[in-house]
Amino acid sequence: MNNQDKPNSRRNFLKNVAIVAGGSIALSSCRSQAMKEFLQKNFRTLTKKEKNEIVKNLELKYSAKYGKEFHVSDETAADGIEFGYALDLSRCIGCRRCVYACVEENNQSRDPQIHWIQVLQMEKDKGIDFAHSDVHYNPELVPEEGHFYLPVQCQQCRNPQCTTVCPVKATWQEPDGIVVVDYNWCIGCRYCMAACPYGARHFNWAEPNVPAEEINPETHYLGNRPRIKGVVEKCTFCIQRVRKGKYPSCVEVCPVGARKFGNLLDPNSEIRYILENKRVLVLKQELNTQPRFYYFFGV
Amino acid sequence: MNFIRFVIGSFKIITTGRRSYFAWVIFLIILITWGAFGYAKQLTDGLIVTHMRDSVSWAFHIGNFTFLVGVAAASVMLVIPAYVYHWKPIKEITIFGELLAICAVVMCICFIIVDIGNPLRFWHMLPLVGTLNFPSSLLAWDFFVLISYFLLNLIIVVYLLYCHFYKREYKMSFVMPLVLLSIPLAIGIHTTTAFLFNALPARPFWNSALLAPRFLASAFCSGPAILLILFQILRKITKFEIKDEAIWRIAELMVYAMFIYLFFTVAELFKEFYSGTEHIIYWKYLLFGIGKNHEIVAYSWSSIIMGCIAFVLFLIPATRKNYITLNIGAVLIYGSVYIEKGIALIVPGFTPDTLGQIYVYTPSMVEIRTAVMIFSAGFLLFTFLTKIAIAIVFEDYSIKDLNPKKLKIQMPD
Repeated sequence: MNNQDKPNSRRNFLKNVAIVAGGSIALSSCRSQAMKEFLQKNFRTLTKKEKNEIVKNLELKYSAKYGKEFHVSDETAADGIEFGYALDLSRCIGCRRCVYACVEENNQSRDPQIHWIQVLQMEKDKGIDFAHSDVHYNPELVPEEGHFYLPVQCQQCRNPQCTTVCPVKATWQEPDGIVVVDYNWCIGCRYCMAACPYGARHFNWAEPNVPAEEINPETHYLGNRPRIKGVVEKCTFCIQRVRKGKYPSCVEVCPVGARKFGNLLDPNSEIRYILENKRVLVLKQELNTQPRFYYFFGV
Repeated sequence: MNFIRFVIGSFKIITTGRRSYFAWVIFLIILITWGAFGYAKQLTDGLIVTHMRDSVSWAFHIGNFTFLVGVAAASVMLVIPAYVYHWKPIKEITIFGELLAICAVVMCICFIIVDIGNPLRFWHMLPLVGTLNFPSSLLAWDFFVLISYFLLNLIIVVYLLYCHFYKREYKMSFVMPLVLLSIPLAIGIHTTTAFLFNALPARPFWNSALLAPRFLASAFCSGPAILLILFQILRKITKFEIKDEAIWRIAELMVYAMFIYLFFTVAELFKEFYSGTEHIIYWKYLLFGIGKNHEIVAYSWSSIIMGCIAFVLFLIPATRKNYITLNIGAVLIYGSVYIEKGIALIVPGFTPDTLGQIYVYTPSMVEIRTAVMIFSAGFLLFTFLTKIAIAIVFEDYSIKDLNPKKLKIQMPD
């Protein structure tokens, strides 16, 4: 074969293909930043220096996009802390203030709407019976006669199914018990959503949309920073708040004080008081997920 | 390069043909284009253009994927009876079975790619650069076995055709171990896919030990159905020789598979309905609907009725040995298993969802168009591959036809 003297030889053709392909990749990424993000590794395999650079770039990007100063924290779990949550079923009135406080704090998409907390209305004479519950209750006034309310969010299981099934290790349990998602690594296969027994995982079916004036600029890399289309997200106990010693937003907003939160390893914490003095239950105990989210009857 | 000439030869085969062949190819290309424009909408807007939502987070695409894994597995498993009963054209059956398997696996992977939210991040699953969650995640296992199965079949088929093309004897010591390996791997891909669903205690509809056996049994019904029809066509238009007895034997094996499948399903239904726990609700949604929601009842009963008719047609020797009723039965069982896997397996697993809420799912137009795109592309690939195989195996197309003048220097030893 004598290709060298032909202008359209196979080698030339391949060269052209390479140029066109390379060019189109460069064009589609527009800036090298997008390419960098595309090639970014799994968060847990990054060095401290790489993390710092990524966080800094994200802050710049978000600040430019939303027109206000953004903070993206990558604060790690502190020693001696394991977060636990307790919810008083006898107090909850089903007002859904927690749902919307969560949406605002954690920058959930407004359209399409994503809610990390689902409040289920249950019939009193059926007990905790999901099959007869209703998430779309909409009366003038809550609570309604003959009903009680069961809010469900991520149960931060000690034995989480969702992290086991993830094919790319894009979701994992932090040392303080919070199950997090690396939005830059999630491929969007939704196996974790099939595996979660509590419907706690939510998918960005479209490009998430949060108005700039409503965006919360105090964020955590593994929590409430703005998400992209095609990735899974979930409740993180407000990782950006609780790692700074604050309560989760849903705990703060609850008008009847039904929500309790604290460090399970601290014998003097409120959560430990509840475990000691109230009888608690966990949802779907038979599945052996061992939640860190307890329900109890305070009165 | 001998191999490049083999590829060029193959390319020449698929670019020449009768008018009806080109009409078929153009028809498929039109379907692919129509589907691709639907899929393009998903690429720009996201999976919101499907009817999947948080409650029903997997649906039609995963159903198609599961069905095609069955097709891929069963087509190779036909090698077992061919081997046991000493059917004469065992090599041909192997080749066409594996060609079908290759196309089915390609379609499987396409269905996964269109279903995931970030297809460009597929590299996160690759060794070295990615972080594959092996061995924890069943999806990692499935990815691994599907790729191995695909490569194995590709190597076998290409090697056999390559030898044919150069008129060389193939090495039995090379092919036979690979063929024997592909059989357990065929069972492996379908078992792993069943375990993928089976592994989730959150979804009681799938969390039954009978799921994997039922998968295999149903695959043994649908996979051979395609080959049954293909063999009849091949017998008509080529020198392919397969006796009536062999075709009837395939049909007979399919009856056994159908019976086992029926038995497993009855066992499952008995356990669910007699014990009547809260888990019965998924079966109720599938078979009778819950409240006002009857959306998939028509699908499930059409699948059941088609399956039962096919079972009777295959069971009675007179209709099994009549080619008209045999082919009707093959089409019916294929349709039955397709609906069962495509709609009736995945959707009830998610309806009602884990918190008891009912979200009504039926495929959106974009999902249907995307599926049409992938199926047409798969058929196109299968058309090309069978055309190459027919030309090389039955019509003696070889290196001589490619370049008659240089015959002497190009013949490898």
